[in-house]
Amino acid sequence: MTKPILALKNIVTLVNKGTSSETEILKNLNLTINDGDFITIVGANGAGKSTLFNVIGGNLPVDSGEILLHDQDITTQNEEERTKFLSRVFQDPKLGTAPRMTVAENLLLAQKRGERRLLKPRQLKQNMAEFTALASTMNNGLEQRMNTATGNLSGGQRQALSFLMATLKRPDVILLDEHTAALDPRTSQELLHATNKRINEDHLTALMITHHLEDALKYGNRLVVLDDGKIKADFKGVEKEQLTTDRLYEYFEL
Amino acid sequence: MNLIVSAIGQGLLWAILGLGLFLTFRILDFPDMTVEGTFPLGAAVAVTAIVHGMSPLMATFLAFLAGMVAGLITGLLYTKGKIPILLAGILTMTAAYSINLRIMGKSNTSLLGQKTLLKTKFLSSLPTYFDSVFLGMLIIAIITIILIFFLQTDLGQAFIATGDNEKMAKSLGIHTDNMKNMGLMVSNGMVGICGALIAQSNGYADINMGIGTIVIALASIIIGEVVFGELTLNQRLVAVTLGSIIYRLILLAVLQLGFSANDLNVLSSIVLALCMMLPQFKKALHLDHILSKGVRVDD
Repeated sequence: MTKPILALKNIVTLVNKGTSSETEILKNLNLTINDGDFITIVGANGAGKSTLFNVIGGNLPVDSGEILLHDQDITTQNEEERTKFLSRVFQDPKLGTAPRMTVAENLLLAQKRGERRLLKPRQLKQNMAEFTALASTMNNGLEQRMNTATGNLSGGQRQALSFLMATLKRPDVILLDEHTAALDPRTSQELLHATNKRINEDHLTALMITHHLEDALKYGNRLVVLDDGKIKADFKGVEKEQLTTDRLYEYFEL
Repeated sequence: MNLIVSAIGQGLLWAILGLGLFLTFRILDFPDMTVEGTFPLGAAVAVTAIVHGMSPLMATFLAFLAGMVAGLITGLLYTKGKIPILLAGILTMTAAYSINLRIMGKSNTSLLGQKTLLKTKFLSSLPTYFDSVFLGMLIIAIITIILIFFLQTDLGQAFIATGDNEKMAKSLGIHTDNMKNMGLMVSNGMVGICGALIAQSNGYADINMGIGTIVIALASIIIGEVVFGELTLNQRLVAVTLGSIIYRLILLAVLQLGFSANDLNVLSSIVLALCMMLPQFKKALHLDHILSKGVRVDD
């Protein structure tokens, strides 16, 4: 249960490197993610939440420090290589799906996340039943729109699809970057509920950025407060359960 | 009648260009100017090879390879050199002009008295102008079938996804740079074939024969979309060929009005501009009920 899956060690990232306006974004950040952790991440704008995700995802090279996956150094792996173990859901519903491709086609793409794509027939029909069953678990009518281009879906359906795509091929770690922030409150809660259910049932390891402190408290087994490029607080287990929004607010006041 | 058959034959041969550009312009979603250089490159390579005694079929294949190389150069400038795609294409196109002159050694090479794909025994036995119709149909059928098969494979789907949403494609582990390079190579390879065939059909290769080709390619694509409206991807591939034929028929009609062949480029541009503006006209003039459902450029 407490086996580390991913470890970030002394991570430093810089912007405007080599110029007079050189600034540190992540400042010697250390974070160990254990198997089965569902970590909610809160922090003010500019605290480095997105940078942290980009560092884990391989979109942003680190300037010093190392990233270990199952004790193996993956610091220099690029974004495409890391998709073998990592999946992401973005905040913007437009980013997570291919708009001109259908729901089923998008799922098919996600089914081969991180694999080589060969000149083999895609086998859409053979997977249709499985995909439809999967879509129906989101309880938002997605299963009736399997052959609809995702550009014609509602924002909620698109984000639900993005989440399904991120979990279809089991990732070692899943990054949820405020994936419900663009949705209306009700749809947002429904998707969070479905997210939580799936993460718990499949025993997935997840990191979720959120600006809603209530959500950060309600979901997950760990809560990390990011501030000024460092981890200011890391609440686990019982400690997290006893945490209140009022206490959490204190961490945002300087 | 002969003129119409000729126009259809030309439309079929030129459709290869439209299909090639479709891969980059519609699927990868960027304008590739390389084709203006690849088209005469294919012609120059094929004609020079034929004059030097190579079989027309091999010469056409060589034009395909030459086009792929040109596409790869644009692709590398774009994906590895981070040069904007429009400029990368213009660079390759400009360089190709000099290369084409080097290959041919002069600005115009005739195929007079040489063998061509259109002079095989069977095609020569067909009535006038039916030779290019037959050859065009055969090649278009082969290319369309290959493309349809390819786009339904895992690789083809990754290729489509790259053009549709690059960020998502990357997050699913698709090597989008490779996809773009592959698309540019296949696309320009097809344009090279088209140049080789048009040169064999015309009986010569000319250094300036590439001017305006991107407009012709876009015209086939856009006319197909305007005329046939919402289609599936496979149907859209066929629509490009039909669009190319319609475009040739429009040109034929315009030439019959008394314009000369020298006016072709301005006429092509006007035809394309009108087709691209049609959705705006439709909105402004409320033509919906008149034009019914045939005029939606949706994708």
